[in-house]
Amino acid sequence: MTTLSAELTERSVEQLAGDAAPRDIFDELSKRAVRRALLTAIAVPGYQVPFSSREMPVARGWGSGGLQATLALIGADDNVKVIDQGEDAGVNATNLRRLIVGNAGCGEETETGLADVIQSRHRIPEEPLKDGQTLVLQVPVPEPLRGVVGSMDEQRRMHAEGDYAKMWVRLYEDIVRNGVVSHSADYPCLVNGRYVIAPSPIPRFDVPKLNDSEALVVLSAGREKRIYAIPPHTRVEPLTFEDVPFTVEHTEGAACVFCGSDDTYLIGVPEEDGTTRWVCSDTDWCSRHRPDDDTETETEGEVSR
Amino acid sequence: MSLTLHERAQYAGAPLASPAPAPAWTLSVRGLGKIYGDTSEESIAGTGPEFGTAVSPNTGAIVAAWGVDLDVAPGEALGVIGESGSGKSTVLRCIAGDEPATAGEMLFTDHGGSTERLDQLSPTERRRMRISDISVVYQDPALGLTMDVSAGGNVADPLTAAGWRNFGRIRSRATELLQRTEVPIARMDHPVKAFSGGMKQRVQIAKSLANDPSLLLLDEPTTGLDASVAAGVLDLMRGLLEETNVAAIVVSHDFSVIEMLTTRVIVMQHGRVVEAGLTDQLLEDPQHPYSQQLVAAARG
Ligand SMILES: [Zn+2]
Repeated sequence: MTTLSAELTERSVEQLAGDAAPRDIFDELSKRAVRRALLTAIAVPGYQVPFSSREMPVARGWGSGGLQATLALIGADDNVKVIDQGEDAGVNATNLRRLIVGNAGCGEETETGLADVIQSRHRIPEEPLKDGQTLVLQVPVPEPLRGVVGSMDEQRRMHAEGDYAKMWVRLYEDIVRNGVVSHSADYPCLVNGRYVIAPSPIPRFDVPKLNDSEALVVLSAGREKRIYAIPPHTRVEPLTFEDVPFTVEHTEGAACVFCGSDDTYLIGVPEEDGTTRWVCSDTDWCSRHRPDDDTETETEGEVSR
Repeated sequence: MSLTLHERAQYAGAPLASPAPAPAWTLSVRGLGKIYGDTSEESIAGTGPEFGTAVSPNTGAIVAAWGVDLDVAPGEALGVIGESGSGKSTVLRCIAGDEPATAGEMLFTDHGGSTERLDQLSPTERRRMRISDISVVYQDPALGLTMDVSAGGNVADPLTAAGWRNFGRIRSRATELLQRTEVPIARMDHPVKAFSGGMKQRVQIAKSLANDPSLLLLDEPTTGLDASVAAGVLDLMRGLLEETNVAAIVVSHDFSVIEMLTTRVIVMQHGRVVEAGLTDQLLEDPQHPYSQQLVAAARG
């Protein structure tokens, strides 16, 4: 643990959650209910399994679904890493990590390779995930057909019959209007050739990481009470026309000002002089790939908003 | 006037009661019935033209259609005429699979010669038939089109449903179909909700032809359009029916539509078929009093 993130942890938990996190925020019976839903989700890749999402000490939509999945999965011997938009040190990530450690008695970790469970909002870490690891993605809107058809009955029918014509029409319309498929995040993907999913608002850059992943990926929506999964080595294909290739975000010539990487997911920070400063979104990865590692801890604080 | 319904049908070359040789017809329907409410036998008695009602005096059920036989062959158009409440649209919805029939057999044979009993398919299988085998053009374009999607996107819908995954090919097929139905290509990327009634029907027709269906069902396709607009759409449909090998069923209350598009016709009243025959003969010499009334109205 860096001293910075430890300090931040202390401060933000005091501000947001009051005293030390209660151990009983999620009881064993509730964990079992989530595990049962998870087993179904893993057995039927991409299928949204309803679960009895509980009230958690975070607002729904702020990772309550991810938190329940993580607590159901993690044991005292495991290490948890929590990131928000790639950052371990953010207030929400810190609060969630504190709640998880308090409840499960597990260790905390920022280094991707050493974490057993990684809970994340809107990013997949740069370092490739390994066999035995689990990525828990926080999902605000689990239904990829929302916005395509209004009726929930019709959405369910379409999934049941694998009838995704209206989704393809939407992609067609997108190309006609914008020249490209404009989904920048939450790009619809076909899992195991069967179910179309919303991969949560990860950037297109992260979508290829879902295909044939070594790690188990769990997607959990607390507000919508839906959990779904991508088991290791599952085919995940972004919906793409044969003649309009799927592309990931990339800015020619952009490189991280700290570590120099030009092949990571970079965030553009507008400067006063009108130029853009590029920095890695994955702050832990960035801090481990700098030329001289030990002098950079202070700068890391500045990167986070 | 002395011919029975059966005799007249045979005279007109439209075998009704005799079982049709399966491969000759695209669609062969026998004894089709649809009852809303109590579906027991009790509901049938006391309904039909001779009683002047489709509502059962015994059960209060609505016998919207009963004992309907019809056949339609490739390249042929069959008319179904009757006033509102006659059961003609119910028959069409049962054939389309928009609602399940209460009774009857529906034998469907596609271009390739493979045959299905439509009445025995699951709702999922019925919907699958609607992708490329059976198309419907509705009176209300909102039933056949997605209003906030462009004309091209609406035509792309059945193509993507049939597995088309090449944007360029989808686009050129949509362009070709919209050209064929005389929708200005300059407007193909505009949402159809901005289109006039006649133009919406042309987009619906383009969409219905996307996957070369074997059976095309037209439900009052020009009702509600201005006369001059309707005439244009009818002209278009007549041309399309002539140049393709599609079997069509045209449902209308308007004999001028039936006259323009079909060669054979059945007349429905209170849920029953009261007369069947060749369209021009039936128009010239209607036998059933109800048919005479409809013809008189059209000629008036
Ligand atoms: Zn970096």
